[in-house]
Amino acid sequence: MAAQTGAPQPGIGLYDPAFEHDACGVAFVATLRGTAGRDIVDAGLTALKNLEHRGAVGAETETGDGAGILTQVPDRFLRSVVDFELPEAGSYAVGVAFLTPGEEDAQVRAFEEAAAAESAWVLGWRDVPVNPEPLGPSARAAMPMFRQVFVVVDNLSGVELDRRIYRVRKRAEKAGGPFFASLSSRTLTYKGMLTTYQLEQVFPDVTHELYESELALVHSRFSTNTFPSWPLAQPLRGIAHNGEINTVQGNRNWITAREGTMESALLGDMADLMPICTPSASDTASFDEVLELLHLAGRPLPHAVLMMMPEAWQNNDEMDPARRAFYEYHSALMEAWDGPAALHFTDGTLIGATLDRNGLRPGRFWLTDDGLVVAGSEAGLLDIDPAKVVRKGRLQPGRMLLVDTAAGRIVEDEEIKSQLAAEHPYEEWVRDNAVRLADVPDREHVVHSQASVKRRQRAFGYTEEELKRLLAPMAREGLEPLGAMGSDTPIAVLSSRPRLLFDYFTQMFAQVTNPPLDSIREEVVTAIGGAIGPEPNLLEATPEHARKILLEFPVIDNDELAKITHIDADPRLKDIFSARRIRGLYRVRDGHQGLERRLADIFDEVDHAISQGVSFIVLSDRDSNQDFAPIPSLLLTSAVHHHLVRNHTRTRASLIVEAGDVREVHHVALLVGYGCAAVNPYLAMETVEDLAVRGYLGDVTAEKAVANLIKALGKGVLKIMSKMGISTIASYRGAQVFEAIGLSREFVNRHFVGTPSQIDGVGIDVIAEEVARRHADAYPASGELPAHQRLNTGGEYQWRRDGEEHLFDPKTVFKLQHATRTRQYDVFREYTDRVDGQAKRLMTLRGLLEYRSDRHPVPIDEVEPVSEIVKRFNTGAMSYGSISAEAHETLAIAMNRLGGRSNTGEGGESVERLYDPERRSAIKQVASGRFGVTSEYLVNADDIQIKLAQGAKPGEGGQLPGNKVYPWVAETRHSTPGVGLISPPPHHDIYSIEDLKQLIHDLKNANPQARIHTKLVSEVGVGTIAAGVAKCKSDVVLISGQDGGTGASPLNSLKHAGAPWEIGLADTQQTLVLNDLRDRIVVQVDGQMKTGRDVVIAALLGAEEFGFATAPLVVEGCIMMRVCHLDTCPVGVATQNPELRSRFSGKVEFVVTFFEFIAEQVREQLAQLGFRTIAEAVGHVEVLDSRQAIDHWKAKGLDLAPVLAQPEPGRALISATIQDHGLDVALDQELIARCEGALERLEPVQFDVPIKNVNRTVGTMLGHEVTKRYRGEGLPDGTIDITFTGSAGQSFGAFLPRGITLRLLGDANDYVGKGLSGGRIVVRPHRESMMDDTKDVIAGNVIGYGATGGELFLRGQVGERFLVRNSGAAAVVAGVGDHALEYMTGGTAVILGSTGRNLGAGMSGGTAYVLDLRPERVNALALANGELSLSGLDPEDEVIVRSLLERHVVATESPRAKDLLARWDEIRGRFTRVLPAQYARVRDALAELEATGGDLRAPGAWAEFLEVTRG
Amino acid sequence: MADPRGFLKHREREVPAYRPVPVRLLDWKEVRDELERDEPTLRRQASRCMDCGIPFCHQGCPLGNLIPEWNDLVREGQWEDAIDRLHSTNNFPEFTGRICPAPCETSCVLGINQPAVTIKNIEVEIIDHAFEANIVEPHIPQRQTGRTVAVVGSGPGGLAAAQQLTRVGHTVRVYEKDDRLGGLLRYGVPDFKMEKVHIDRRIEQMEAEGTRFRTGVEIGTDIPWDELRARYDAVLVATGAPVPRDLPIPGRDLDGVHFAMPYLHQGNQVAAGDDVPDQITAAGKHVIVIGGGDTGSDCIGTALRQGAASVTTLAIGKKPPESRPGSQPWPTDPRVFEVSSSHEEGGTRDYLASTVEFVGDEDGHVRSLRVATTQYNPDGSRTPTAGTERDIPADLVLIAMGFTGPETSLLSSQGGVSVSDRGAIQRGDDYATTIDGVFVAGDAGRGASLVVWAIAEGRAAAAAIDEYLVGTTELPAPVSAHTQAIRA
Repeated sequence: MAAQTGAPQPGIGLYDPAFEHDACGVAFVATLRGTAGRDIVDAGLTALKNLEHRGAVGAETETGDGAGILTQVPDRFLRSVVDFELPEAGSYAVGVAFLTPGEEDAQVRAFEEAAAAESAWVLGWRDVPVNPEPLGPSARAAMPMFRQVFVVVDNLSGVELDRRIYRVRKRAEKAGGPFFASLSSRTLTYKGMLTTYQLEQVFPDVTHELYESELALVHSRFSTNTFPSWPLAQPLRGIAHNGEINTVQGNRNWITAREGTMESALLGDMADLMPICTPSASDTASFDEVLELLHLAGRPLPHAVLMMMPEAWQNNDEMDPARRAFYEYHSALMEAWDGPAALHFTDGTLIGATLDRNGLRPGRFWLTDDGLVVAGSEAGLLDIDPAKVVRKGRLQPGRMLLVDTAAGRIVEDEEIKSQLAAEHPYEEWVRDNAVRLADVPDREHVVHSQASVKRRQRAFGYTEEELKRLLAPMAREGLEPLGAMGSDTPIAVLSSRPRLLFDYFTQMFAQVTNPPLDSIREEVVTAIGGAIGPEPNLLEATPEHARKILLEFPVIDNDELAKITHIDADPRLKDIFSARRIRGLYRVRDGHQGLERRLADIFDEVDHAISQGVSFIVLSDRDSNQDFAPIPSLLLTSAVHHHLVRNHTRTRASLIVEAGDVREVHHVALLVGYGCAAVNPYLAMETVEDLAVRGYLGDVTAEKAVANLIKALGKGVLKIMSKMGISTIASYRGAQVFEAIGLSREFVNRHFVGTPSQIDGVGIDVIAEEVARRHADAYPASGELPAHQRLNTGGEYQWRRDGEEHLFDPKTVFKLQHATRTRQYDVFREYTDRVDGQAKRLMTLRGLLEYRSDRHPVPIDEVEPVSEIVKRFNTGAMSYGSISAEAHETLAIAMNRLGGRSNTGEGGESVERLYDPERRSAIKQVASGRFGVTSEYLVNADDIQIKLAQGAKPGEGGQLPGNKVYPWVAETRHSTPGVGLISPPPHHDIYSIEDLKQLIHDLKNANPQARIHTKLVSEVGVGTIAAGVAKCKSDVVLISGQDGGTGASPLNSLKHAGAPWEIGLADTQQTLVLNDLRDRIVVQVDGQMKTGRDVVIAALLGAEEFGFATAPLVVEGCIMMRVCHLDTCPVGVATQNPELRSRFSGKVEFVVTFFEFIAEQVREQLAQLGFRTIAEAVGHVEVLDSRQAIDHWKAKGLDLAPVLAQPEPGRALISATIQDHGLDVALDQELIARCEGALERLEPVQFDVPIKNVNRTVGTMLGHEVTKRYRGEGLPDGTIDITFTGSAGQSFGAFLPRGITLRLLGDANDYVGKGLSGGRIVVRPHRESMMDDTKDVIAGNVIGYGATGGELFLRGQVGERFLVRNSGAAAVVAGVGDHALEYMTGGTAVILGSTGRNLGAGMSGGTAYVLDLRPERVNALALANGELSLSGLDPEDEVIVRSLLERHVVATESPRAKDLLARWDEIRGRFTRVLPAQYARVRDALAELEATGGDLRAPGAWAEFLEVTRG
Repeated sequence: MADPRGFLKHREREVPAYRPVPVRLLDWKEVRDELERDEPTLRRQASRCMDCGIPFCHQGCPLGNLIPEWNDLVREGQWEDAIDRLHSTNNFPEFTGRICPAPCETSCVLGINQPAVTIKNIEVEIIDHAFEANIVEPHIPQRQTGRTVAVVGSGPGGLAAAQQLTRVGHTVRVYEKDDRLGGLLRYGVPDFKMEKVHIDRRIEQMEAEGTRFRTGVEIGTDIPWDELRARYDAVLVATGAPVPRDLPIPGRDLDGVHFAMPYLHQGNQVAAGDDVPDQITAAGKHVIVIGGGDTGSDCIGTALRQGAASVTTLAIGKKPPESRPGSQPWPTDPRVFEVSSSHEEGGTRDYLASTVEFVGDEDGHVRSLRVATTQYNPDGSRTPTAGTERDIPADLVLIAMGFTGPETSLLSSQGGVSVSDRGAIQRGDDYATTIDGVFVAGDAGRGASLVVWAIAEGRAAAAAIDEYLVGTTELPAPVSAHTQAIRA
């Protein structure tokens, strides 16, 4: 079957093809004229070629990741090439079969037999002509044989024929038939492992003059990997997809679960069609299969698409109630397939496109006066005469563009949806059938005995630390608490203590291939409530489908649970719903056999309940006692869930969990992620009640404490979902976005089916033993609970003597500081001995590795010197702001002296340091907040690091609260003192892998000499992402362990997200070598690197550069206070408080000594292993053995063989060449040449150039030349003035410095003016065009992201997230999409027309002036909290707006702007000023301070300033 | 959560003052002024604790006292939980809170840059508060294991072990050679440092829990060691390290030259109301104390209360530095110049004073000390500098130069326990001696050390004994027999 779906590569080592990702360029062309034509196919092929840059190539430049075209069935052409008679068009199905050479006869036979079984007749086969000439070797080697088959069924045509053909195909697939690119009477797909240019060369069919269509759907693929696969190319049978389904694992499981209830009169016996989703298919392929099913079972294609990809309806009050009801009704039938997506779909007549609910992919379209519709990922796909274009639009989040070629018209989003919503009285159906839990009669509140709280806390392993550090803060604040300085405790399987089953799972998170969401600032697209209850037949639509209970929150209190368990007590619901409680306990004495037996009994009990029609199964561990211990709730839930999925009965009931072990956000997330509908954390609630009663929560009452806890747990789950880019709880439920670390594969495959577990580990015996140990702690053998000890101490978050082991403990901290401060190598060894010596205390996976003893040592004086080794060392990305200037500069000076590299972190760099060779940081980081990222900053980098994720909190943003934005910090960050700064969770210009490629290209243009790094965090599949990163032309990839990180991080992220670097690094090395990409990229690693041994192990696993963060901080004086987020660091390391900074005791020499000692240890170990240099050792994993941890009761089950898997010899193990960034062919080369006079002699220069969408990042390299010469000041305004005509590619004018003006006549794609650094950009329509500013789109998404200065004049509509994180530019625009002005911290925006939803989210600075603002479109939370103020213009504002408008008119000749100015007196009242309140206060206070000559640096001045400006 | 800014709001240490010197010299009562105790001040001081990610204090304390935890509980006024948390690692905080030299405070992280948190004072307040509130209750085991243990020695180590073992259901008898319980706590520490009521209160609790005591029985003499071993399932040797270091110079056998401990012992007996015939007393005498440690300091306070004419302390070494020297970096416990309550009370302290001879009068009574200036030699040794001799008048000389180790002769000859060449009782990490079922803890095992080490060892030895007796243990073991404090 694998061959069918195109994953022929078996897993090797850590590489598993299941983790491949792709992203793409996608487009369609269609005509409204009603006739098919060759021109449409040609236009499709042209558009495809113009998407070349969105695809990718791997190690072989001539082998593409995939390209294809889908058209109507070209009847005239086919008739001309087959030698048999075809019935009339529409009455035969045709498709290209991919036959495996050597097996073609068997495959053909299998197909023909399947056809016969369905009474279909194969008319004949045609060998598809193929020209393999241009193909690269690996594509050619993997190339299948192509034959077209022609099939008919008596009297059937069109969709009816396709239904039968679907049956044929499904039967054939199961019987070993071939893969079909498509097989339909309506559409035909040609595709393969091709570059966009190769498609027509390899398949000459598509260029045949008779090959005609009314529509053409094309796709260019960018895959993270390059393993040969032809079937993975797109378009698929009905769709082409640019995106990623984050929830696909769950979606597939749910489809499997529903198979038991599926029935369709149209499709016939469903048994022949199972499974619906082909195992091991890609996410898009699964989506395609389900869409196909829904469509063929009777729903129109747009209807099916909206079921699977609904828009964000839950929080949209503006939506028409009927449409809302449509979505609400369907949400009860099926969870959304969630993830970023631009989806193009067609049934051969209708062709359309839609975007995901948050608009995380670009989508643009054009309509010409002769009825040509072009839609796709970019503007400029086709060369169209601007005078003929009558409409330019963009796909908006959740909106649909539909072209009906039969009717010859565009069907607007509104019309499609209204029509679908009107099909049934959905509102009525929902109203009459759905039950809100709040409407169910309240039951008498039951108070459970407090007496046994303590004993049960012990039985579930609660610690004092958890009470104090997790539960009390949640109960007090309703928020999850923060921590700092990462995690240095062993992972669960290495811990010698019993750990909760939850601890063996770590959260996956989005990096590179899809973005995390912003659950706080973009809450409008999320939903945490949903319908629960049994699901009837998916393929029908009846009122009864709406019979559900609506839950607002996934965590429920005891009263809500009681309502559910007694649901049938309500006479109205008596025969509709019922619930049954299943006891999740087992006799602890019977050990794991007892546990297994009890699970089997539970399965029987659940099956029985379901057969009796029970709708809610409550899995409960409430009544544990001396004899009966609780089954870990996660095991209980997932085991039952998967049991029911296997039996296809899962959707007949919902699972509710009543669990005592649940007390963290992570726990709730896991339970929901493995299928439960709602969680009742009864013991956590009792615990906080008890805390309240005992006076630990101040004036928070017990009731309030419980409510706060529930809120914190639920909101925390939303955040965890967001990390993975999942926006609704319904989609998250069962999505299993976790990996297991240290659990036995057999155990996981049984109860957590589909969850990766890369290094094997403990099974149910150890799980039972852990339960038993906790149980014994509550019911000790002696019968005596220990005197004076309520609970165990804990020690996970802070070191404790009787708690978990930490790598940094008093001894290691002291020895490290003492050794480096007194330069005593022997003391240093005492430190490293304690860290490395893991014979007694197992701490890390590398502790389980040892050097092979059969190596021949070399004399140590033959090993490269310390001075060479230290060049491979880097310090971690810690921003100035998170750590003090003293700490930051000490690291920088030390690294500069050594020839290593320090890192700015995400905080910019002051101008003095930029140009100070001693104090500068060689690595300049670019993170999602883009603080301080200017042309000047980039130009002065040796390395530029893109932080995709950070170890302590992958997938999350950051926040620097206002009180830490001291004036000197604000200055380097280009922000305002005292105003908090937020880094968004995603980079708003990286929603997919090809976006990363674009950002790398942008940064390379901004500084062609710098190496570009991409920083990833270790998680399952990171190797695959790293391969993608290599294909994005990153020069360096950094793999961070899950354990690193300073700064503030929610505790669940600190502990439960990401994987150890040993796994991620090995995966990266193996995958890069497997793809033969290793030679072109440098691999770096960091994460709790502390000793020479760590470095050598990392080198052997494949790293050639090494990062250190915590250890050098400790050398500087850090004593692991773990309060970096509180600004109270008592040793002056992680604080800005001047008094505390004065306590900083670190010295450059200490840090230098540290790295020299490390290097010396590296030398010793290299000598021992017989290597003379690090380079010789890199990737030589055969030198390592895994030590059997036979004494460790848990770790003995681990299998590190995949980590130590050796790649096939013959390929490079270390970087040997450099990436080809293609800068020599950039348009900028010409611009630079033509601007020589300006660059060298300040002579004004002005000229015109044509531009196309393939010209990306135009102006940036030119800007580099300016900044290199003239630093931050740039050139005098307007020195360089260039006019472009055409469609500009992405990132037009990125990082443009002062003195350059770029004028564009035409339109532009995404990221115009990214990082604008003082330059000016004008985008306006062609003079001859008929465009209307108020409707037509002039430029794409995310314009002016992170701009620090300059001007933007945009005559037309633009997309989502306009001016996100702008801190200094001024912009005028005709209209914007959703989330405009997000995170803005400075600058000015004038918006002359409509805005999307959620304007000003997270906006903390700058001013916006919006014409006819609809306040309901402004971020509601910010308005409610008074963070944003809306007002009219004062006289000063009027001057600002008027003068910007005047300049806009001069620059763009906008008739509309001219008109507004002409009617200024009438217009000015229609403007609303949007101003962040805190920013306004600070601005006023600063003005006053300046007037009075005050100084914020004076003692006490800062505290006073904060006091004055506090809201 | 602790107040993260507490240490910035309250920068100075505040502890209850001692009673005025003239007043306190009139009695034997504790020098601390009960009237100065003040809850708001205490809670303010507790708020200075930074709740460190790595609480070095918790490491610096051999017991592993959960200092950040109970500091915060005091800050919040949660007295009941505070004493529970304190008792969970320390059987006798009223002892350590009074006489422990507090290595926790020298390793306090705040101490890097600011005066350390007043940990010891908070500790003693917690337990005092608990006794005042009457919430120190016996923990009576629910059932007996049927196993019996003899604990020899009723000092802090022996008592801690006995309490731990009793609470898990073993039948424990404590043997004490003196007439009263407490070992050095009873007769080595003067009342002005710790009144004996604290010991009595604890013994009362222990008796209620079921621990049995026999005083006036010297094992080895009254009951041979091997017989004791035969009578019990396990034996814990907690007899301390009483052998004093001597000063074998001319005149050592003159009258009026005494070891400090018998002197203090008698002083304590008298303070307890006993009649001591021929008591060594300082009344009206010129007293010389040789040795600048805690015992010496106790001698000063005792001598001053007895009405000494003068008290001079001689230390052979240099005057310790006022603050932490570079060679003893934080968080090690440094040797610095300290002023104890006794030093405040009077006397003079002389450094670099090498005593070369006790000079006697014709009656064979000491008259003066011949003292030379100490010279530091390149090899690190110290010798008197020739020609610098001077005589200091002395009627009573107290030798307080420390202790060399335990009494081992009978233990070894009767009990068969192996002793090292250096006079130490051989033991494994788990406190087991070379004889099955015989364990050794406290100063007897470690050599003279601090009261916290004694309690820590007693607790840990109890765990080892429990495991020996029943195969497993639920008792904590804060230190192993060879655990050492962090040293540079």
